[in-house]
Amino acid sequence: MTTRKIEILVGAFIVVAVAAFLMLALKVANAGVSGSGESYVLYAKFENIGGLKVRSPIKVGGVVVGRVASIELDTVYYTPVVKMEINEQYSNFPETSSVAILTSGLLGEQYLGLQPGFIDETVQILADGDSIQDTRSAIVLEELIGQFLFNRGN
Amino acid sequence: MITDKLQALGRSTIDNVAGFGRSGLMLFGALVGKPDFRKGFPLLIRQLYVIGVLSLLIIVVSGLFIGMVLALQGYTVLVKFGADGMLGPLVALSLLRELGPVVTALLFAGRAGSALTAEIGLMKATEQLSGMEMMAVDPLRRIIAPRFWAGVISMPLLALVFNAVGILGGHLIGVDWLGVDGGSYWSTMQANVDLYQDVVNGVIKSVVFAIIVIWIALHKGYDAVPTSEGISQATTQTVVTASLTVLGFDFILTALMFGG
Repeated sequence: MTTRKIEILVGAFIVVAVAAFLMLALKVANAGVSGSGESYVLYAKFENIGGLKVRSPIKVGGVVVGRVASIELDTVYYTPVVKMEINEQYSNFPETSSVAILTSGLLGEQYLGLQPGFIDETVQILADGDSIQDTRSAIVLEELIGQFLFNRGN
Repeated sequence: MITDKLQALGRSTIDNVAGFGRSGLMLFGALVGKPDFRKGFPLLIRQLYVIGVLSLLIIVVSGLFIGMVLALQGYTVLVKFGADGMLGPLVALSLLRELGPVVTALLFAGRAGSALTAEIGLMKATEQLSGMEMMAVDPLRRIIAPRFWAGVISMPLLALVFNAVGILGGHLIGVDWLGVDGGSYWSTMQANVDLYQDVVNGVIKSVVFAIIVIWIALHKGYDAVPTSEGISQATTQTVVTASLTVLGFDFILTALMFGG
């Protein structure tokens, strides 16, 4: 086997491997879409986040507009604060918008449902770093059952 | 009686520790020092061909079949819950996180590691290594270093090919044969697979496994008793030790990467 032929085969091997990596990155992991450069940040405070996780989707009417960037506890009130990264393309949410933690299907993953609010002269548009005031926490089944039993008792 | 047992235990412990030491010194001698790219590069290309390119066939075939089996098995369970749309993430995550790096490492230990051990062991038995030293050629730099780098470079590449072929094999069975929706196969996969968390961590795993397998293979060959029996033992030991170490390290790495 000549050196030249070996070089060509090794080159082809590396090209195949790089093609495999590109396929894994673009087709399997879909890395191109969640570009971090063109997004802005909103915060929301919840009572209870249930099973929400970092990188859970944020949806408006079922369309993914961003992802949860981080979840931390407020060190003063000890309530969870969710940092949301939202695509720059959707940057016109008014401050009357509300956000709720919802579940896709009966057993599915939890996601953030963002509901755009109304606009009039006194309502401002949410900018980078603002907080959404109107939030609804995740529904925890045990709490619901507890409330139900408590109400039955009355 | 008991003292004999204790003596044997102590000797084997000391032998093992000395073996670790020799393998460390071997790797140190091979890798540390000023690299000579003009001389080293053709040797590296040659070894990439022997270790990487020639392993490609077995990797592609086993990747294809493992992906197909994963899809077949996953489908029979998932369809009971009506969750056959989640077949894509099942196949992709199993391959990217675990099976890709681990099975590639095991195959690599069998296909390339054993060959390396036998080759170097025979070089030692026929005193080629001593001959090189007589000619003032450092066998560590000339023989060990290119094989080490070729292994470390080619195994992550092989694991990537394995993963890609496996996912396509899963598509072949899941979508084309069992009738899972092709769009949901890819879209649920894209929603659940993360580039850094899954793909890059898999590559990191396979780099670690590559170092383990190639180090063990080279050391067993370099340290082999220079007889035909010694070489055959060293070859067996390479496959057994490398496979077990890979599985052990896989547990540790999985716990570190995905356990938290």
